Amino acid sequence: MTRTSRALLILIAALIAVFSAWALWSNPRLYLVTLLNSLTLASLYFIVASGFTLVFGLMRNVNLAHGSLYLLGGYVAFIVAERTGWWILALAAGFLAAALAGLLIQLLLLRHMQGQELRQTMVTIGLSIVIADVLLWIFTGQVHQMEAPSLLQGPIRDIPLIRAYSAYRLSLLGFGIFIGVGLWWLLNKTRVGMTIRAGVDDRGMLAASGVNVDRVFAITFMLGAGLAGLGGVIGAVELSMVPGEDTRLLLASLIVVIVGGMGSVVGAAIGSAILGLAETYGLAYAPTYSVVFTFLILIGVLAFRPRGIMGRPA
Amino acid sequence: MSASQWRRAMNSGASAAFKTMPAASARTSGAAGASATPVTETVPRLEALRRAVSLRHVVVLACLLVFPFVATPFITFQVASQALVLGLIALSLTFLGGYGGMISLAQMTVAGMAGYALAVLGSSSAAEISLGWPWWAAIPVALLICALAATLIGWLSVRTEGIYTIMITLAIGVAFYYLVLQNYSVFNGFQGLREIYPPKVLGIAWRDPLPFYFLTLVCALAGYGVVRWVVRAPFGIALQGIRDNPRRMNALGFHVVAHRVAAYALAGVIAAVGGILFAWYNGLVTPGSVSMSWLINILVIAVLGGMKHPLGAFLGAIVFVLLQTFAIDLIDRERFNLVIGGVFLAIVLFSPDGLLGLWEKLRLRLASRRSLSSNQRRQK
Repeated sequence: MTRTSRALLILIAALIAVFSAWALWSNPRLYLVTLLNSLTLASLYFIVASGFTLVFGLMRNVNLAHGSLYLLGGYVAFIVAERTGWWILALAAGFLAAALAGLLIQLLLLRHMQGQELRQTMVTIGLSIVIADVLLWIFTGQVHQMEAPSLLQGPIRDIPLIRAYSAYRLSLLGFGIFIGVGLWWLLNKTRVGMTIRAGVDDRGMLAASGVNVDRVFAITFMLGAGLAGLGGVIGAVELSMVPGEDTRLLLASLIVVIVGGMGSVVGAAIGSAILGLAETYGLAYAPTYSVVFTFLILIGVLAFRPRGIMGRPA
Repeated sequence: MSASQWRRAMNSGASAAFKTMPAASARTSGAAGASATPVTETVPRLEALRRAVSLRHVVVLACLLVFPFVATPFITFQVASQALVLGLIALSLTFLGGYGGMISLAQMTVAGMAGYALAVLGSSSAAEISLGWPWWAAIPVALLICALAATLIGWLSVRTEGIYTIMITLAIGVAFYYLVLQNYSVFNGFQGLREIYPPKVLGIAWRDPLPFYFLTLVCALAGYGVVRWVVRAPFGIALQGIRDNPRRMNALGFHVVAHRVAAYALAGVIAAVGGILFAWYNGLVTPGSVSMSWLINILVIAVLGGMKHPLGAFLGAIVFVLLQTFAIDLIDRERFNLVIGGVFLAIVLFSPDGLLGLWEKLRLRLASRRSLSSNQRRQK
């Protein structure tokens, strides 16, 4: 780290500290609620973006249909929840539907153009147009809102300073951490994870050592797509499902992985925390320019770390 | 340096041996057709022009000039003019992508910025926002703003390569969309800025079908000419060299980043001209015109036509506009996206070089029926 960038980092930290002190002094409740809001939003972003970054890291494939898979998972979960009334079942259905869609995409389309990264990306763009339009066709442009599971409905009361906070939103935080730990365990402690990590580092070598790379690709793509679907189920309760949400989550995933570093799950966690904080604080304190903050962060990171915070040379 | 890096470096080095700079220039002139023989210094200028212009150019130009007098005003305005405008915006992407190897999804964003800049500086329905400058001041400043913005976008995105560029330009484009959507003080939010019409110059109402058609035609031809000229100028040749092998060009002493940013700036100006025309065509500029679906539409148009030649952008635009205008009569009006998405998928899956690539394949097949020369075998 050079001297100037360290000075800049200290400057930014100081600015944030000054802002926090001022905000805590003037309205502690707003500040703390915003903090909770941003962290819960960040965990949703993390769940969606970790799938994106996983797929990218292994296959160098920018899956621009990721947002559509998010929407697909949400809608499927909505139907299942409406029919059965079981939230946990809806969660599984959303995950499975998106994972299946991902598997089909990988098997039927992307496998035939391995190595042609640009073409794969364009295929996913085409898919995102088609999927979004089919979903619009089936579910129309109406807002679909899923109900939170009964256990998590209603606010939690009597928290000091904040008073009351939505139980469901708070549970998101735990959910994000759970997914993060689960991914860490999967990638670091299991054989599949070991293979995936080996594939990220050197695909050719992995194939040469007798591993069926095609299968690893399929599993990873399934997992990544499934995480998008899972995010969709969670988002269906928190944000509601409308056409256009796919773009929003795709943008979030893009920014998260650009800021955090492509292919790194830790980077995705850091990136989503930064994005969640910037977006929510921007909305709370400077509503018209909240997007500009996000954009400034993007520029800042790219200017000093073109590969993202946790990024490694590809 | 890791093993994969070494391998990549070796691979790119090996493939680069076949793709030195003369080869790059030969490829463009080859793609441009038989008429585009390299012009040498000794040939007088008029002679060069005569060589560059062949019979089919004259025929196409004559058709383009006669067309609006034959077609209905609806076709002239809704189909032909719109196709020319969209083609011009897609042309900027073809230039960046086909010759610079950088697929930028932010070209429509730059075009939208031009529309917004024109509306804010010139006149629109929102009197409290528009500054009311005369057109001869507003248009150059709008173009300048867009050139600067495109340079900034380029500077940001050339720090990364290949597919990263798509991600970053997409992120920039969508961020701009949300900015104009949420900001009311300058961009008038969801409503956008309305009543943006071309000025009355020389007593001609430029938004009438016929004058507007010729306005777009002149701009489109100018854009086409500029791109064709630039890709054969030293700058364009260097750019294609950078597309094929940036490391090698860097070693040869070319400033890779500067060339790429300059390409972004030039493409930005082309897109901005298209953006101004598009704002005039619609009579308004809204967040919808810089939304993700439009960002992708421009990519669809460029890929549909084929990115190997500037002509592809206009070809793709014609197909796109025709689908948009007439396909909805055959199926449900709301399902246009499904059609265009399906067409795009089919093109990407079966003919990565777009319609021009299909044409090339067809011509090769027809030619190979007659004889199988060594030339074709090499092209295969």
